[in-house]
Amino acid sequence: MLKLFKIAVRNLSRYKRRTLLTSSLIALGVMFVLVFIAASESFKYLMISQITDSMLGHLQVHRQGYVASIDSLPLTLNLSAKAEKKLEKALEEIPEVEAFSPRIKFGGMFSNFIDTTNIRVNGVYPELEMATAPLFLSRIKQGEKSIQEGKILIPELLAKGMKAEVGDTVVVIATNQDGSVNGRQFVVGGIIESVTGPGGRDGYMHIHDAKELLRMEEMEISELAIRLKDFDKLNIVYDRLKKLLAGESNPQGKPIFEIHTWEKLSPFSNVARMINVMTFFIRLMLIAIVLVSVMNVMIMAVFERIREIGTISAIGTKPGKILSLFLIEGLSLGFLGVVVGNVLAVAVVFILNLVKVSFNFGRQIGLTLSPRLNAVDILLISLVVIVVSVIAALQPAYKASRMEPVEALRHV
Amino acid sequence: MSLVKAENVTKIYRMGEIEVEAIKSVSFDIEPASFISFIGPSGSGKTTLLNLIGCLDKPTSGTLKVAGVNTSELTRQESAAFRGQNLGFIFQDFNLIPVLTVYENVEYPLLIVQNIPAEERRSRVISLLKTVGMIDQRHKYPDQISGGQKQRTAVARALVTNPRLVLADEPTANLDSKTAFMVVDTMRQMKEEFGVTFVFSTHDPKIVGEVETVYTLQDGKLVNQVLGKRDDNAETF
Repeated sequence: MLKLFKIAVRNLSRYKRRTLLTSSLIALGVMFVLVFIAASESFKYLMISQITDSMLGHLQVHRQGYVASIDSLPLTLNLSAKAEKKLEKALEEIPEVEAFSPRIKFGGMFSNFIDTTNIRVNGVYPELEMATAPLFLSRIKQGEKSIQEGKILIPELLAKGMKAEVGDTVVVIATNQDGSVNGRQFVVGGIIESVTGPGGRDGYMHIHDAKELLRMEEMEISELAIRLKDFDKLNIVYDRLKKLLAGESNPQGKPIFEIHTWEKLSPFSNVARMINVMTFFIRLMLIAIVLVSVMNVMIMAVFERIREIGTISAIGTKPGKILSLFLIEGLSLGFLGVVVGNVLAVAVVFILNLVKVSFNFGRQIGLTLSPRLNAVDILLISLVVIVVSVIAALQPAYKASRMEPVEALRHV
Repeated sequence: MSLVKAENVTKIYRMGEIEVEAIKSVSFDIEPASFISFIGPSGSGKTTLLNLIGCLDKPTSGTLKVAGVNTSELTRQESAAFRGQNLGFIFQDFNLIPVLTVYENVEYPLLIVQNIPAEERRSRVISLLKTVGMIDQRHKYPDQISGGQKQRTAVARALVTNPRLVLADEPTANLDSKTAFMVVDTMRQMKEEFGVTFVFSTHDPKIVGEVETVYTLQDGKLVNQVLGKRDDNAETF
């Protein structure tokens, strides 16, 4: 095989300009695809981490049926203290879990004694919430960077609309599970910005205050947000947790819990999916570029070397070896493009990281793109390009191997 | 036993609806270690006959046996293997592989076709290059040597596999007379030294004068057999 490689490489060097042009085209294609993947994945993960680290967590567990009616924040679908304990016990068995935060979520009325508006309130344990959503604190634009009992963090636009400021006394009124209404005074402890843009109505208070406001006799939670040590293990943990909780059912035999990854809970997952689709099409374009350029070169090579094919066939070269010779030429062309393309991609990504490209996304300003080349992507793209190069050479190579030597020798 | 035995060999080419009978019921025997030439005007069927003997093409009818093998019965793969093991080819245009050096061109059949071990390969190539007087040029590429040198390289390539039969189609057509004589002389030496049978197709009187037997073809028919230099007997078919 090595001998054929030697001859194939010499044959490629015979048409230097053509080989150089084709391998440059492949190299540029490989570089473009790798840089695009690195940049888009960086953007995607930056946005995912903004969303999950600011608010959502990587996974959330609710009582069965809660997410389907999440808009009404039903208190009747809360998880009991007993169910929460079972859940926490299951989470302790999963070493990949870094932190989790139980939350009570409810809808209420917010009043500054002059005007009243609606608000969505999240009752949280501050330490657990910070550990699960580490960017939470960075969202607090004014006031203390904490959630203290008796205080409420209110969303930016609501504060503006209601002319509420840090230190003001406000009233939050909520309907309890049994239908009675209760209100309580709070001090505005801080003003918090939304993750993705204006319009957010989520306020935060200590979970003990929420329990008191809702007149709960014992602690119930609406959801439990989970943060993982390694985001890439999301699906593994999801499966494991699902298995661990699968046996938990109510007296009617129906499952108690439902588990969702961040993708099911955030509309940004559609953007992430679009990025994946774009990446897929860019990869398809690369395949097309490689296919067309290698096939073109190999068809030309076969056409120009018909007499030579006749000669090597006449002196006893078997059709299989002639086929291999041309396939190796295609493979070498692809390999050359891949090597150069990978080197270029590494250089461009290095430069992008040096330059520190920054951008704004919604309310997030000055996000810095930090593209990284993934070894799996490099290997996959390289493999695809090399395989496509061989496939592109297949037809011309087959044609060469099937040539009748007597006709090939007659060719002028 | 004959090295080549042709019995009523006919070759018909079809070009659209027209049939061209290139070889018409030809019969002959070629003995081992002979030096033979097919002569005749252009279009008389010399090259076609050489292609048939060289297993590059198959007769339309009749039987052609080379080294005891009926060439009509060989598959594509078997034909290639048979050529690689038993035959050598010398072409009018030399047909050296331009990306290989003189040494590598001669080595090619041993390397790619016969898979001979490196040491033996080296000794056979060097020995033949010395015999044809190309040892000093072995690192040059075909475009760096003269026509005569190219043909001597082609002779070495044809002989390096120790073939039983070498087929040479107009081997001196592109050479000046001095070089042509040198090439023919080289081939004669090879025949004497290795007992290889050489079969030529040619117009060239220099070759005709050197061979042992001359077959004359006309319109695809074998019309004459003349025993060469040392025998003036002639037989007309």
